[in-house]
Amino acid sequence: MSIFHPKGNWFRYPTGAERLWVGLALAWCLVMSITMPWWHFQGKQNAPQNSYTVEVSDFVGKAFEFAETNKVGEINGVPVAEVEPGGDGYLLGSMWRWYPILKLKKDQTYRIHVSSSDLQHGLSILPINMNIHVLPGYDHVMTITPTTSGEFSIVCNEFCGIGHHTMTGRIIVEE
Amino acid sequence: MSTETIKKSAYRVCETTGLNIFKKAEFFTKANAVLAVIFLLIGGIAALTLALTRWSNVMLLDDVWYYRMITLHGTNMLVFWIIFFEMAILYFASTTLLNTEVFSKALGYISLVLMSVGAIMTNYIILDGQADVMLTSYPPLQAHPLFYLGIILFAVGALVVCFNFFATLYKAKKNKTYEGSMPLVTFGATTAAIIAVVALLHGAAALIPTYFWSMGWAEMMDPGAYRLLWWGLGHHSQQINVAAMVSVWYFIATLSTGAKPLNETVCRGAFILYILFINLAAAHHLLVDPGLSSEWKIWNTSYAMYLAVLASMIHGYTVPASMEVAMRRKGYNKGIFGWFAKLPWKDPGFSAVALSAIIFGFIGGITGVTLGTEQINIMAHNTLRIPGHFHATVVGGTSLAFMGLCYYLVPLIFQKDFYLKKLARIQPWLFGGGIVIMSFGMSFAGTYGVPRRLYDSDFSGANLETGFDSIAHIFLGVLGVGGVIAFTGLLLFIGLIVAAVFFGPSLKGKRMPTWQSEREQKMTDELISKGYEVEGEDYHAKTPGTIGLVIIFLLSFAIYYFANWAALTDLWHIG
Ligand code: HEM
Ligand SMILES: [Cu+2]
Ligand SMILES: [Cu+2]
Repeated sequence: MSIFHPKGNWFRYPTGAERLWVGLALAWCLVMSITMPWWHFQGKQNAPQNSYTVEVSDFVGKAFEFAETNKVGEINGVPVAEVEPGGDGYLLGSMWRWYPILKLKKDQTYRIHVSSSDLQHGLSILPINMNIHVLPGYDHVMTITPTTSGEFSIVCNEFCGIGHHTMTGRIIVEE
Repeated sequence: MSTETIKKSAYRVCETTGLNIFKKAEFFTKANAVLAVIFLLIGGIAALTLALTRWSNVMLLDDVWYYRMITLHGTNMLVFWIIFFEMAILYFASTTLLNTEVFSKALGYISLVLMSVGAIMTNYIILDGQADVMLTSYPPLQAHPLFYLGIILFAVGALVVCFNFFATLYKAKKNKTYEGSMPLVTFGATTAAIIAVVALLHGAAALIPTYFWSMGWAEMMDPGAYRLLWWGLGHHSQQINVAAMVSVWYFIATLSTGAKPLNETVCRGAFILYILFINLAAAHHLLVDPGLSSEWKIWNTSYAMYLAVLASMIHGYTVPASMEVAMRRKGYNKGIFGWFAKLPWKDPGFSAVALSAIIFGFIGGITGVTLGTEQINIMAHNTLRIPGHFHATVVGGTSLAFMGLCYYLVPLIFQKDFYLKKLARIQPWLFGGGIVIMSFGMSFAGTYGVPRRLYDSDFSGANLETGFDSIAHIFLGVLGVGGVIAFTGLLLFIGLIVAAVFFGPSLKGKRMPTWQSEREQKMTDELISKGYEVEGEDYHAKTPGTIGLVIIFLLSFAIYYFANWAALTDLWHIG
């Protein structure tokens, strides 16, 4: 009885159905334990592996400089910056917008540096639903290769104050 | 020292179980349980407003109040309701089950005051609009100092209860109030208490410096470091909840069906796995964070978490298997699942626990392990898939099990009978069913990328317009409907409990009225009274039904897990 103390020596190895289940469950846990590192080496989708600490003001400066020098247009007052294939782009989250709009090419690889100038933010690319966390003081580097083209939205999915649900941005991927 | 030498006035003998119930401990069990239910009500009202706001056709609240209510809901539910109730369990498990009085009455009062003051302080400051920071209060977001102070006081109070618990265990051992090893339920409660100490120390490390910062006495903590420490509290707390929930499963399995753990070694070993291996796994909340290496993330997720997952999978077998054996002993031997149909489904304590195990395992567990995989987390982090997952663990699992326990706690400890027993019988189904529907709505909306903690899923007023597929909005409607049903179940629960505790017919000197038929109850009593005299006999008993159930579980798990890997390949390449 689970409410009474067991009498005598209760130590016993599992046998029968119980042993079968413990074995099956353990085997399944091992499968999962192997799948994750395996994908780390073989898979194409992994959590970004590079990040550096930065001064917030340095990052903000770099993002603005990047937006200025690579500007190819403007939508609703937000600069559109084209990133060179294989090159570095910057994306700054601040209350309440993602800056600038990035212009990429399909099947090219980019290093996109993401950080925040104020609170924590959540970078969420829609509708493909890719999400990473953004902290002030950390340059989070996404090495990404867009495999589809079109216009993608960025929204924020970490609470960042009363305007949180108006914090949007955009990524344009050309063929 | 046997109870004979304790003053007769210090305890009463339970008419139903024959166990000794100690007066001081009984008071603290009651007080903590009552406080728990009060905070459940506050959290529940907030829950209804949230569900009706996320339902995008309704949008009940304005933005300010949505963010305020989500802070209120998170803290009252995940902290105050759950932990107050767990304190009640600690008092009960360390005294009645070990046949001893609580170590210190003074400490009991001190903790009650600390916890109540803390909880009231935090509630006040949230409702006053000075702490719209969510339960997690991630810096640089800053709340009024009283928000942190309230939680700190509450946590210190909980630590005092844990100390009182361990001191009671020590006293019982020293005075030899029981023979041999402690009962399994107490063992599980001890597991919960040990993890609680670890959790609360992490909480102190995160929140005390943050409190100093809010007072202007210290610099802000690094936001990444804060997340690591805070989740040392947040994640470990979920393991307290799991350990406490599983203890309740074992407890109710015994009282409602006469089940007896098949193999104490296996059950206890699984609890020990929780302590040894769950504590490093806070990683699964930080999988897409900067500042942490992939090696660290993968190691801490798979090494630590999967052995703890193993522990839950073991309990998921041993609990129903013990019931199957008990039912077969009662003569329900028809086919593989004959015993399952004959389980005491009319007993709300039992049905709550059965639903709790099913919801926790099939929905909460499977989604949790899958979403907690480093790569799959890219498709889940901070989306509604996350609350979709944890409403199936901490609500459909833990909270529902605690509700089930109340159907025994009220007659046995408060010695009051329920009114409207027909309604009590459907309450677990209403609450559990509502939570399942809401969890589905959340999870599916989340697969479209709909964020959690988001007021407006249409992003009205944003400079660069965006929005979601109309199907995502349908799922937000499902969330809303499920939330309303769950809230109805929650309110019914509180209504039944309040009516019984304050106005119910007294059961003093009487046996607890059975929820089952007299005949069933007699068979259950017989199994319980045999207790360990038949130790060993059950050991080789066959449990084909339970094996069938757990194989179905494993298949569902594998399908969901690999389906998510398949979905992952549709994403852009990222690394
Ligand atoms: C009637 C029952 C309940 C309903 C209808 C409900 C509904 C909700 C809803 C709609 C959200 C907001 C999701 C979002 O917009 O991000 C939420 C969040 C949450 N709920 Fe519940 N809930 C219920 C019970 C509980 C219980 C019993 C617990 C804990 C034991 C709980 C813990 C939480 C937590 C921790 C959050 C996250 C808050 C945050 O993001 O800071 N809920 N719930
Ligand atoms: Cu935000
Ligand atoms: Cu966790």
